[in-house]
Amino acid sequence: MTAPRRSRARSRVGPQSLTGAKTLDVDRLLDDPRTGIIVCCGSGGVGKTTTSAALALRAAERGRRVVVLTIDPARRLAQSMGIEVLDNTPRPVPGVGGAGRLDAMMLDMKRTFDEVVESQASPEKARQILENPFYVALSSSFAGTQEYMAMEKLGQIHADAQRDGTYDLIVVDTPPSRSALDFLDAPERLSSFLDGRFIKLLLAPAKGPARLMSAGFGMVTNALAKILGAQVLRDMQTFVAAFDTLFGGFRLRAQKTFELLQADGTAFLVVAAPEPDALREAAYFVERLSEDEMPLAGLVVNRASPQPMGDVSAEEAMAAAQRLRKDDADPRTAGLLRLHADRVRIVERESLLRRRFEAAHPQVPTAVVPALAGDVHDLAGLRQVGALLAGERPT
Amino acid sequence: MSSRDFPQVRLHIVTGKGGTGKSTVAASLALGLAAAGTNVLLCEVEGRQGIARMFDVEPLPYAERRVATGLPGIDGQRGGVVHALHIDPESALLEYLSMYYKLGRAGRALDRFGVVEFATTIAPGVRDVLLTGKVYEATKRNARNKNAITYDAVVLDAPPTGRIAQFLGVNHELAGLARMGPIKSQADSVTTLFHSKRTAVHLVTVLEEMPVQETTDGIAELRKHDLPVGGVVVNQVRPRDLDDDDLAAVRAGAVTKRQLAAALTRSGLSGDAEMVMGLLAEARDHAERRALEDAQRALVDELDVPTYELPLLVGGVDLGALYELAGMLREQGLA
Repeated sequence: MTAPRRSRARSRVGPQSLTGAKTLDVDRLLDDPRTGIIVCCGSGGVGKTTTSAALALRAAERGRRVVVLTIDPARRLAQSMGIEVLDNTPRPVPGVGGAGRLDAMMLDMKRTFDEVVESQASPEKARQILENPFYVALSSSFAGTQEYMAMEKLGQIHADAQRDGTYDLIVVDTPPSRSALDFLDAPERLSSFLDGRFIKLLLAPAKGPARLMSAGFGMVTNALAKILGAQVLRDMQTFVAAFDTLFGGFRLRAQKTFELLQADGTAFLVVAAPEPDALREAAYFVERLSEDEMPLAGLVVNRASPQPMGDVSAEEAMAAAQRLRKDDADPRTAGLLRLHADRVRIVERESLLRRRFEAAHPQVPTAVVPALAGDVHDLAGLRQVGALLAGERPT
Repeated sequence: MSSRDFPQVRLHIVTGKGGTGKSTVAASLALGLAAAGTNVLLCEVEGRQGIARMFDVEPLPYAERRVATGLPGIDGQRGGVVHALHIDPESALLEYLSMYYKLGRAGRALDRFGVVEFATTIAPGVRDVLLTGKVYEATKRNARNKNAITYDAVVLDAPPTGRIAQFLGVNHELAGLARMGPIKSQADSVTTLFHSKRTAVHLVTVLEEMPVQETTDGIAELRKHDLPVGGVVVNQVRPRDLDDDDLAAVRAGAVTKRQLAAALTRSGLSGDAEMVMGLLAEARDHAERRALEDAQRALVDELDVPTYELPLLVGGVDLGALYELAGMLREQGLA
């Protein structure tokens, strides 16, 4: 069952050969014992979850002890990986071959948040927080909570793995955000919120030092009460007061996870599809990662249209189809020629988009994964994607 | 003009899984709805400036801008006007505060104390209330906004299917901040519009397993919360260059190399072995995808909602393509 090892020198075939981009050597990344964390990020609908799962499986079957943290896998894929039950704990994936192992888990953001509260506060205080209406809302619906909790869970699993030696590679799928950047911004946003003047404002009445109650504060509290209602404001104040002692811990862990992401053992893979929007998001992400000094390993372009065979151009194929249709002798062959013409045009457009990306980011090694005809929902499918990621030719 | 299939609807909400082309569909729908003498507003709420890119205009401010002329009628009648609005929660909050509370200085103080940032990024549910609140305001203009254009239709390029029910406010009771007070009454009027006959939520999908599954789940969730489901737009449908008999022949391996080589020679091409093998391989690939699409298409048909179909555009989507798609949506009755 183990994926066969291939030599590193592989011929450039398919869409890859159209550009001069450096090839991302996926197997070298997976096999390198220094690679401890792989984070797959990118905009929605580009196949992040499948890519993460395929990388994790391939790494496991090549001998690594891997855990993959997914956010929202397709139902059938979750079933086949044995993680359709949300219990926020990694579970062994059945049917993995080779010497390594693969565990998988699906993130339950509210539960992760609850667990953090429970582990940090006294039982009495934890209960107080968990029952607060503002906390309930924050932990289940704040748009950044999922991103923050994915980071939190990564930190936890990493700490456990370091302590117990359970895993030597963690693969993280990132949440489907409005923008791919939310993932990097959310922890910072949450901790800057926790540090901010707004919290002090909410805490002021509870703590009551008169000097803080400046005219500005009074005006703001009044405005808030007017808009939100006094009850909501009180809930928030109770929450913030109860949570006050936990803030430090949150900030510290957010900081540690951020450092963990910047460390050498981490590899970011930006996942995209050969479409303008997805590649634009990918470009933002690449720029942002380098600004934050995050280790970028490369770009994965999923769903690339397969390279047409033969050297008949779209125009030639269309002209030939036209001639056949005029005779009306062979509509089937005419249809085949039109399909060929479409494919040539799509591949030309995709490679143009990728060349443009490459012109702006020539340093980013790239792996191009041809689109599969069917959907991936079992280990065999993941294995196939893994092989394509590693540049093996489709059979 | 109103939609042929949804004549009562003023607010068209377009959602879909990421990567299915919901923004393209929303833009085309707006062009299609903008018939002679009408004004249509296209809104985006996800901060992407996608409208500006699609219509090739400067990035949009928080103000309604004319971006295009609607699709002409079949009689050659000039189209109406498509306006666009990029709604960001910060501006929506400040506008809301000044419109309803006349908070001049206090509004600025709120910003200084991080309240605006809190309300728009951290406070659960508030962001969505602000975004949908502005859409509501544009749809149901009242005396508070003098001299503003009254729109015949509003098209909202909404967040993806996985978030749509929450975005439209089904969890407001859960989201503690909007439980009472003025924000709650604001949220309530918005919710009333969303649940009314004046609104329809359209879902965009492609014929692949996950997007179709998400569409099915999305419709179930919308119905559970009594939100009005509009149509399903099946996007990026592969060309039907081979009919069912051809596909069957390809799958059965009944297209022989010799026949194909001969046909290619007749067509003026060389018909060499490489080309023949290539075309056959492409045909098998296409047949496999079509089988997958047909299976997903059957699932879409079971959803019991009106469906509309848009083709895969091999050249990509530019402004011209949006008009082309708008024409198809009008022809099929969504616009």
